[in-house]
Amino acid sequence: MTEAPLSSLGDIQARPPRAGGPRLPQLSLSGWIGLALVVFWTLVAVFGPFLAPYRVGAIVADDVFEPFSARHLLGSDYLGRDVLSRMLSGARYTVGLALAAALLASSTGAALALFAVVSGRWIDELVSRLMDAMISIPSKIFALVMVAAFGSSIPLLLLIAAVTYVPGAYRIARSLAVGLNQMEYVQVARARGEGRLYIATAEILPNMINPMLADFGLRFVFVVLLLSGMSFLGLGVQPPHADLGSLVRENTSGLGDGALAILAPAVAIATLTIGVNLLIDSLPRRRRRSGGEA
Amino acid sequence: MSATLVLILRRLGSAAVTLLLVSMVVFAISSLLPGDAASETLGQSATPEAVAALRAQLGLNEPAHLRYLHWLAGLVTGDPGRSMANNLPVREIIAGRLPKSLLLAGLTAAVAVPVALAIGIFSAMYRGSRLDRALNVMTLSMVAAPEFLVATVAVLVFAVKLRWLPSLTLAPEHPTLGELLRAYALPVMTLCFVIIAQMARMTRAAVIDQLTQPYVEMAALKGVRPARVALIHALPNAIGPIVNAVALSLSYLLGGAIIVETIFNYPGIASLMVDAVTSRDMPLLQACAMIFCTAYLLLVLVADVCAILANPRLRHP
Repeated sequence: MTEAPLSSLGDIQARPPRAGGPRLPQLSLSGWIGLALVVFWTLVAVFGPFLAPYRVGAIVADDVFEPFSARHLLGSDYLGRDVLSRMLSGARYTVGLALAAALLASSTGAALALFAVVSGRWIDELVSRLMDAMISIPSKIFALVMVAAFGSSIPLLLLIAAVTYVPGAYRIARSLAVGLNQMEYVQVARARGEGRLYIATAEILPNMINPMLADFGLRFVFVVLLLSGMSFLGLGVQPPHADLGSLVRENTSGLGDGALAILAPAVAIATLTIGVNLLIDSLPRRRRRSGGEA
Repeated sequence: MSATLVLILRRLGSAAVTLLLVSMVVFAISSLLPGDAASETLGQSATPEAVAALRAQLGLNEPAHLRYLHWLAGLVTGDPGRSMANNLPVREIIAGRLPKSLLLAGLTAAVAVPVALAIGIFSAMYRGSRLDRALNVMTLSMVAAPEFLVATVAVLVFAVKLRWLPSLTLAPEHPTLGELLRAYALPVMTLCFVIIAQMARMTRAAVIDQLTQPYVEMAALKGVRPARVALIHALPNAIGPIVNAVALSLSYLLGGAIIVETIFNYPGIASLMVDAVTSRDMPLLQACAMIFCTAYLLLVLVADVCAILANPRLRHP
């Protein structure tokens, strides 16, 4: 479950507590493009099925692998179903599953890290060793072994994806928490006699939220790529459900004709992951020693 | 014994312990099957006697920790059992596939490393420029593109539209160099895509780290030309971090190979593993998983050792 961060997370600042309301983010052009893509896909995931022109499973076209037309904006698939309708409902699986899994992975990782850091050396050492061993299994391999053992129903896929990325989230969260744990205000809280739970949740956690959110975005990208990859291999979301990866898989026979049915869902996944990546990359971060572009 | 050697030996030791832990995790997950391997193999119509006989033959009556030790001993001695799908020794099946995967990985590395290093060094030299920012957005997008998109677009362009390259990798037994290149062009291209981006980003960071040191500023003030500063002054000092970046990026090959080998129907070990998952062939799956994990750990180990060796404070304590 190892994935080096796509952009260097270490640079994103863990800010000390600060008064005042939130500021408008200062984004570069690519950041705005990323934000637009993210908002677009969120809307599609929420409202997509209501916007679909046809029923998801209905065979509505005259021919298979039809190209773009006014009736079928993204053509038809290998059975003559409307690709746009299938994508609008498939996006919900891709985005929804990934969101849930990434949320589960990030929060579990953060909770474990906080627990390890405030609980003292032995527990910290134990949890960290275990996570190190788990991070030494490449994520796709881990997911394949899990699917072979437990099958690939949707709740299981969610769990598999979440477990796969807990160690990565833990690693980031722990390095942030260890730093924050040394801060004076945490020491003051400890001297005041506050309990561990209070220190973890009220002193450390609020100050690692920002970098953890950026990390959450990366986890989300990893999960999208992992799950759509698994679906593409036929080991992910199973029919009759279909996420965007399954749509690519079921239409591979149209590759020779250059069918839209195979390209459109693949491009859709890429715009989603690239969008999140561009957005995260342009988040404000600490100036590097270089003074150059961060 | 020098401090460096101690450090490297300690690193080796911790890698061995990690590998052992990994083998436990892999074994634990894959033997937690809800079904029973014996009844699964024989199907529903099997007699209880047949199931019991196969259970005994597969050693399923032993307690889990003994089975783990047997399995581990088998792995270490090079005999990871028999495949449940076709009853061939796992070792033979893997021996036929592993060299093909290594060839694919080797060709990919041979293409990806020089290109990535060139892009990384170049954008580090011109950091902050329009070109660097364009490259940044480009590599950032490339690392997030799913392999099957890259593969399908590549097949569509080069095999379907232009008809330059075959879309399946069917290399003849003793290919000439030309045949080899044609057969491997598409899978290698696909694998390179993500890896080049990843490697270029890490190389850029490593070189920039050096280019912001005082000695580089000194060289620049002396009037040394930027290309010479980067290549003669900064690059030798960045070798360690760069090798580190290369090794870590190559570990991406492991994940990418699974998709790419499947798409191009390439008879390597990654597609073998996917088949093993589909047929729930646990002995084969476990062996493949351990090969991937070992390869990954080796790459990370190389990266770490390079980082240790590249740090002069550790080399000359």
